[in-house]
Amino acid sequence: MTETIWNNNPEITEDLVKEHGLSESEHELMIKILGREPSLTELGIFSVMWSEHCSYKSSKLHLKTLPTKAPWVIHGPGENAGVIDIGDNQAAIFKMESHNHPSYIEPYQGAATGVGGILRDVFTMGARPIANMNALRFGRPDHRKTRHLLSGVVEGIGGYGNCVGVPTVGGETNFHPSYDGNILVNAMAVGLADQDKIFLSAAAGVGNPVIYVGSKTGRDGIHGATMASAEFTEDSEEKRPTVQVGDPFTEKLLIEACLELMSTDMVVAIQDMGAAGLTSSSVEMASGGGVGFTLNLDKVPQREEHMTPYEMMLSESQERMLVVLKPDRVEEAEAIFRKWDLDFAVIGNITDTGNLTLKWQGETVADIPTQPLADNSPEYDRPWVKTEPPATIDPNDVAAPNDIGDALLKMVGSANLSSREWIWEQYDHQVMADTIQLPGGDAAVVRVHGTNKALAISTDCTPRYCYADPFEGGKQAVAETWRNVTATGAQPMAITDCLNFGNPERPDIMGQFVGAIDGLREACTVLEYPVISGNVSLYNETNGKGIHPTPAIGGVGLLKDSSKMVTIAPENEGDVILLVGESNGHIGCTQYLSIIEGREEGAPPPVDLALEKKNGDFVRAQIQNGNISACHDISDGGLFVTLAEMAMAAGKGMDIALHNGDIPMHAYGFGEDQARYVIATAPQEADAVIEAAEEVGVSVARIGVIRGQDLDVQDAFTISVDELLDAHGSWMPKYMAKEL
Amino acid sequence: MKSAVVTFPASNCDRDMFDALEKITGQTPHRIWHQDCEIPDVDVIALPGGFSFGDYLRCGAMAARSPAIKAIRDHADRGGNVIGVCNGFQVLTEMGLLPGALMRNASLKFVCKTVQLKVENADSTFTNAYGKGDVIDIPVAHHDGNYFADADTLAELEDTGRIAFRYVNSSGEATAEANPNGSQHNIAGIMNKRGNILGMMPHPERLIEDAQGGTDGRGFFESIINTLN
Repeated sequence: MTETIWNNNPEITEDLVKEHGLSESEHELMIKILGREPSLTELGIFSVMWSEHCSYKSSKLHLKTLPTKAPWVIHGPGENAGVIDIGDNQAAIFKMESHNHPSYIEPYQGAATGVGGILRDVFTMGARPIANMNALRFGRPDHRKTRHLLSGVVEGIGGYGNCVGVPTVGGETNFHPSYDGNILVNAMAVGLADQDKIFLSAAAGVGNPVIYVGSKTGRDGIHGATMASAEFTEDSEEKRPTVQVGDPFTEKLLIEACLELMSTDMVVAIQDMGAAGLTSSSVEMASGGGVGFTLNLDKVPQREEHMTPYEMMLSESQERMLVVLKPDRVEEAEAIFRKWDLDFAVIGNITDTGNLTLKWQGETVADIPTQPLADNSPEYDRPWVKTEPPATIDPNDVAAPNDIGDALLKMVGSANLSSREWIWEQYDHQVMADTIQLPGGDAAVVRVHGTNKALAISTDCTPRYCYADPFEGGKQAVAETWRNVTATGAQPMAITDCLNFGNPERPDIMGQFVGAIDGLREACTVLEYPVISGNVSLYNETNGKGIHPTPAIGGVGLLKDSSKMVTIAPENEGDVILLVGESNGHIGCTQYLSIIEGREEGAPPPVDLALEKKNGDFVRAQIQNGNISACHDISDGGLFVTLAEMAMAAGKGMDIALHNGDIPMHAYGFGEDQARYVIATAPQEADAVIEAAEEVGVSVARIGVIRGQDLDVQDAFTISVDELLDAHGSWMPKYMAKEL
Repeated sequence: MKSAVVTFPASNCDRDMFDALEKITGQTPHRIWHQDCEIPDVDVIALPGGFSFGDYLRCGAMAARSPAIKAIRDHADRGGNVIGVCNGFQVLTEMGLLPGALMRNASLKFVCKTVQLKVENADSTFTNAYGKGDVIDIPVAHHDGNYFADADTLAELEDTGRIAFRYVNSSGEATAEANPNGSQHNIAGIMNKRGNILGMMPHPERLIEDAQGGTDGRGFFESIINTLN
């Protein structure tokens, strides 16, 4: 940024507009809204509000087509986070958001503030955060930056979440060369509130005071939202000053103070200062309520001297909130924030002008009608071309490995399928004492405090499927969270989506986006699993090379009776193992092909959503009836990896005999056909479960029993559970210790 | 049993401790805010886990200088029981009520997992519901749990039975592999000379119900109840 920003009234030249990431037509629209050229502060405000990150200008046309309603949805997209009804006047509130660009530039702070930001989205609505999740993608393990980025991101997530005392209960971590120059850090938070204590951001009541609470405003993060709306080049590291710095201690105080404030009846509206800080929070509150805001910027608590209005409005300093209070309640509210040692300042009031009017040192430095600023932001129907899916690979065309057992060991010990214990041990996953299913299973499960209910949470996406076929990949991402939630016994309720893509100005990338949205829409519709919140992160590109399309999905389900929950670990020797779903040996686009043959080719497995629903509903009903002792969905790595994971989780062996028919054993065992689960059941229940499956037309096969200390698959391999554990557990610690 | 839980800014296991005390004692604990100069008359005061004052200075150092500390010290001086878990243990060492210090974990990383502890002394106020030598499961979650004391102090702790819990493997051996943070002598929890103050890094309040994966933490609270009866 040039020096001109220090002067509040430079001439607004085309170059300055361009430097702010706005196009010529956007400049014209801005002049039309204002009836004049903007001041520098106003230009800054327009530039962040109309950045891709805040305005969704490339994506909103398509996002509108997603299903967002269901009888149990209380608030869908448009609020800080989505809200669903979980019974007994209680609500679960959740959202997932990206912090990709800052995390690549400064992994610790980027990831930490990603967690902080998503927590604020949740407690802004009156919810106590009860769980953090994440979805992380890094470049190939041997890329020179990957270790540094992984360790920084994990430390940042832990450093923030551990301190605020919200358990980080799970997530997923993948490696792929397409993320070499653009890692993905998607953070999800889930909170709990009473339905009659949910707070929204729409301001109301002319004359009501506007209060600033939390940390002071500094010069950090200025233009963060704009940075997150552009591609990276070699010199992107120069953008480090645009990364915010997190203070989890203050966040913890802010959570407690805000929840204390919201337990009273003083609050009219409340909004966190996230991307674009004071700008987006005040514009959203004013435009949402159809009112105006007059703010006196001299009253804004400032960390640094001589800050200009431009800097104050664009700062992304963390741990700040904007609150509209009822009149005459200021002193009472102030006492709460003083108790928690937080800044509290009346910085303005609500007006009937509909404008955001900013005063500074006795002058008006900005005066913008908020409705057109927020609602008439540009919307583009960007040109796109459909991704042509590759041909399906015939399993008979993929040669068998020399030894299937060796292939399995190589797979469970690979970068993408090995244990993530090294990561989750750095997260406090048990604080709040309600985590009843720890990381490492299909979904994390946290109790609804003080009740017998629980929420199951899973984050998923298979980017290599999305790259090959965005439509099927989009369906699969939704279906996989649905399966993972189902596999604990929970009823899937709704999702949040975090849509990470490359440069939308390229028709092929836009085609990936449109295809994935089509897939999401179809899956959400058939599975009755609406999207209630989310975020779009575009321009994940470096020097013109985009990431794999990654529509990460965070799914949440409800267990009405948490005592019915199952895990992936079969507990009892002699339990019968059943395979639910149809196995066709779909070998294209699989982990097997990638890890063992070093190629990523072929169509991904097709997702038959009606079949997903039928099989999943059956499995869930059996869990609810208490007929199943363990359950694991089949995903990356196929049946063999699923069996290995169950055996490792239980520390018990299995005797397995498969009925693979004409399908080669390696394709049958490593194929990634969808809509499948492995379940364990007590011997005396097995026939009843099989019968129940047949009654509803669900394909089920008895494939073995829990026995001994080896995973033994007839005509394929015998491997001891210890050997599996060693391969599975050692990759990441060795990699991080630079022993690989 | 009457109890109280102290909340410092950014204590984050205060609710968990409160709930555990309430469930196990059947009595609602009192809450003590770090700025309270007067505290209720109770049988036990609990300093919970968390990141008091962000741990931005040495862990527990700021909390150990809170206004409520004087009254807590007076309570301890009168023979009242005090327990400190995780950050609470750090506060107790910073107050000088327990010897030694908790340094950064040897791995330099935060560690959260369930570890095995051996009950080294089953005669104390805080451990009598267990049997001597019992191996119990208790979760740890900390960045600074690496117990350090000079050789004389360690010898004294060992000789006078003031080591309450030690990190061990499932066979009860205090090995290096079983030590999650590099603590000297695999020390997980210690007591003062008088036997009315205990500090430990692991979190017994996180393992008191089957749904949490076990109930091995209950004995800790039941021991105090036994003593008072």
